Amino acid sequence: MIEEIGRTTEGDLIINVGPQHPATHGVLHLVITLNGETIKKVEPHLGYIHRSIEKMCESLSYRQFIYVTSRMDYLSSHINNHGCALCVEKGLQIEVPQRAQYIRVIMDELTRIASHELWWGAMAMDLGAFTPFFHAFRERETITDIMEKTCGARLTMNYIVPGGVMAELHPDFQKDVKHFIQLYKSKFEEYNELVTGNVIFQNRMKSVGVISKEDAISYGCSGPVARASGVICDIRKLYPYDIYNKVEFEEITEKEGDSFARYVVRLKEMQQSIRIIEQLLDIIPEGDFQAKTKAVLKLPKGEFYQRVETARGELGVYIVSEGGTTPYRIKFRSPGFSNLSALEHMVKGLKIGDLVAAMGSLDLVIPDIDR
Amino acid sequence: MKLTEILPTIIFEEGGEWLNVFIQPEELVSFVEQLRYTAGLDFDYLFCLTCIDWKTHFTMVYHFSSTLHRHNMVVKAKLDRNNPEIETVSDIWRTAEMLEREVYDLFGVKFLHHPDLRRLIMPDDWEGWPLRKDFEDLVNMIKL
Repeated sequence: MIEEIGRTTEGDLIINVGPQHPATHGVLHLVITLNGETIKKVEPHLGYIHRSIEKMCESLSYRQFIYVTSRMDYLSSHINNHGCALCVEKGLQIEVPQRAQYIRVIMDELTRIASHELWWGAMAMDLGAFTPFFHAFRERETITDIMEKTCGARLTMNYIVPGGVMAELHPDFQKDVKHFIQLYKSKFEEYNELVTGNVIFQNRMKSVGVISKEDAISYGCSGPVARASGVICDIRKLYPYDIYNKVEFEEITEKEGDSFARYVVRLKEMQQSIRIIEQLLDIIPEGDFQAKTKAVLKLPKGEFYQRVETARGELGVYIVSEGGTTPYRIKFRSPGFSNLSALEHMVKGLKIGDLVAAMGSLDLVIPDIDR
Repeated sequence: MKLTEILPTIIFEEGGEWLNVFIQPEELVSFVEQLRYTAGLDFDYLFCLTCIDWKTHFTMVYHFSSTLHRHNMVVKAKLDRNNPEIETVSDIWRTAEMLEREVYDLFGVKFLHHPDLRRLIMPDDWEGWPLRKDFEDLVNMIKL
């Protein structure tokens, strides 16, 4: 890769961004070809945090492999676990108790808020505003504390397991979540005052990194990135799992397809998540938090595919089973991977300063891309 | 429209959540082009592309979905394990470019006419195909 640095024969400048660069939010390496300040080509080099999770899963049992998946998209670890658990349940045809389904959905939505909060702070920081990062982390901290009480962990939860959830909710759970919702609602206006309405912020985000609806579909974009271009793709609505078909929420879409539209989608999505939690929090049914399952899980021979909506988009868990205790082959369709592939298309012809605004709005989590 | 009208030689596979079809690798591009552009089918969203090593042969698996009609479909093709080759679909679905590079990197499947077939995740000078079943990692000792 070293010979790539320098100038091409046409006089274009080749520069490296990353792998250690604050704007890439992890170890992403981009090789950028520049003509003056204009971007001609962006080439991602992956693999700096590749842990061969798919290979590892082939030697782990169906109870064990959940723990590895928390390390993929660590900001929505609950939802990764959820997808894997659902896929195993689909194979074994386990009926999950109502209580567990409610808890899972509430946890998913809390994770989504926490993830979007972090993205919101980091996005503003990418553009040079440092204060929002602290505001975001103040609210996010409340969620991590709630998680810590119930799951025992703050980032890699491993709480959702095949058959239900790992443990009973902490007695303070409902009280804490209500406290969080109250806090969040009082602060939300602050977000808009601080960042959304800011003229400098809007100028840097609007009509930057535009992707059309057709291109977004062709590039396999999902989640807020695709929805900002007007693609209806929320898995929670299209292929509802657990009790998502019982809750009311809106699927947020925008038409512009630029960085600002992606920003708006995520902000509004946080409010929809609050709405879902509010609907469910007081009516969590009594009962078991886990179905009775065998100690050793054996999936029947066949193929199972489960799609879930993480904070970044569509996560697919594809298990090929030969009837044993471990998966024969497992494939994670990670949302970040496809969203990243659209980056070059988005930023071609823009100035290099806009690259950060476009990349930040994709909300990339590198361990999710490399796996 | 019946799929057998597009391609008479397809084999339907029972079971699974969605429609599963097996096709010959040579027929892939002509078949999926029809899936993408025939009105009523419109499979415009390729959401998963992967490969499975069955020790005797490889199976390429393509998961398609339509954002217009909301139907899903799985297309599979068997490849020779000693010389795995298949045409690229990256000119039909742009997302396939990166996904095929990943499969090339981890399985060693050659995608013919791919615009930029290089290793994606592993270093350029790495030898071997890590996700194949006979791959032995002497450093990290992952045993199956």
